Amino acid sequence: MWRDAALVAGKDLRIEARSRVATNQIAPFAVLVLVLFAFALDPDRGVLSRAAPGLFWVAVLFASLLAVQRSFSVEAADGGRDGLRLSGLDPAGIFLGKAGAVVLQLLALEVLLGVFTALLYDTPVRGAVVLTLTCLTATLGLAGAGTVYGMLAAGLRVRETLLPLLLLPVVAPVLLAATRATEGALDITTTAEAWPWIRLLSVFAVIYLTFGVLAFGALLEEA
Amino acid sequence: MSTTRATPVTWPTRLLGGAALISLATTVVLGLGLPPTTEQGVYARFLAIHPQVAWCSYLAFGVTALASAAYLVRKDVRWDHLAGASAEVGVVFTALTLVTGSIWGRRTWGVWWAWDARMTFTALLLFLYLGYLALRRVAADPGTRARRSAVAGLLAVLVVPVDHYAVEWWRTLHQKSSFNLTPKEQLDGSYIAVMLLGFGAMTMAFAWLVVQRYRLERRRDEAGDAELEAAIAERRAEAVVAP
Repeated sequence: MWRDAALVAGKDLRIEARSRVATNQIAPFAVLVLVLFAFALDPDRGVLSRAAPGLFWVAVLFASLLAVQRSFSVEAADGGRDGLRLSGLDPAGIFLGKAGAVVLQLLALEVLLGVFTALLYDTPVRGAVVLTLTCLTATLGLAGAGTVYGMLAAGLRVRETLLPLLLLPVVAPVLLAATRATEGALDITTTAEAWPWIRLLSVFAVIYLTFGVLAFGALLEEA
Repeated sequence: MSTTRATPVTWPTRLLGGAALISLATTVVLGLGLPPTTEQGVYARFLAIHPQVAWCSYLAFGVTALASAAYLVRKDVRWDHLAGASAEVGVVFTALTLVTGSIWGRRTWGVWWAWDARMTFTALLLFLYLGYLALRRVAADPGTRARRSAVAGLLAVLVVPVDHYAVEWWRTLHQKSSFNLTPKEQLDGSYIAVMLLGFGAMTMAFAWLVVQRYRLERRRDEAGDAELEAAIAERRAEAVVAP
């Protein structure tokens, strides 16, 4: 299972490295979202720096939609999904591989977005440990849920419009918990408040990854 | 082949429908006659319908999850129809929960919408199952759609507790839940009686609606099959005439 996961993740990441869709399209889009927030909210009154954790995670959420869509559209052409199905790889491995590739891309994106959030919204970065844990657990949950729903919508003619409706209500708790945890991390006095939220993020990640491992076979086997 | 008519209207269904109608009417009449309470005035009468509607939405999503699991195990399309029928009715009841709660909130809290834990959670639930219904509506091979819908139905029910705890935490960290405004001990017997009657009535109405929607799904399936057969027969007839 793990070897298969590494193979699939390697394949997805190699495609990204060569096509550069993540770096040339998804990352600039996410930074653009951060800039757009400045237009929507008054940048002079400190609204941006107060809301920075939430805005950061909303940008990550939008970017993760694109990343998931991309992860499944690379297999849409030339019968890629059939190839994957016939490859004899463990479905659980395929799921973990695809989710893993999304995790790595999102983590890289979060570092980039974090730098831009700190610069553009004038937010001091503190609590590195809590912050790292938050990003890690939130991203695992996002990628797990995203990969399950990405597969649910894959191959359908309406996948681009269907995926956001399916995925966003489900990852709303991730947005909420990650925002609270990040707020806690950034404010030294409230770091303790971040832990329950990180716990919720871990529960979410475990539920989605387990469900994906168990259910991906059923989703792949169809004709 | 297509002459097998599935689930015709039977007398138990009619009986259920009649009982639901009568008990709902009784609930309305008795509910509107309930004495106003000191805190909420006449708006306390919402207790006769609002909790009942909310209960039915939970029931609906529970049935959807069970039917989805049954479909994945048995691969019998009837389970898929039941899951879809129940989710459709569930979405209606969830929307009604929000609407009745909102009307009550306007009078009691002074706002149409408060970011209360339960309201937020119910709104998330509505969107979750709207997504599920959207997935059921996509054009795809029926087997594919049924399997994906079943997976989505199971997944949705897993998300429900997470969403619930997330918003509960979110709000309880900031303000107390506003839903304890009506201490049960102050309710008099007539309220309890009407509320119980309402629960029975609403559950029967829910069951009747699900039966109807289920029959409709079956018919739609049959009509699709019949259309396909007719189209094939037409092509065959053309082939005979052509030479």
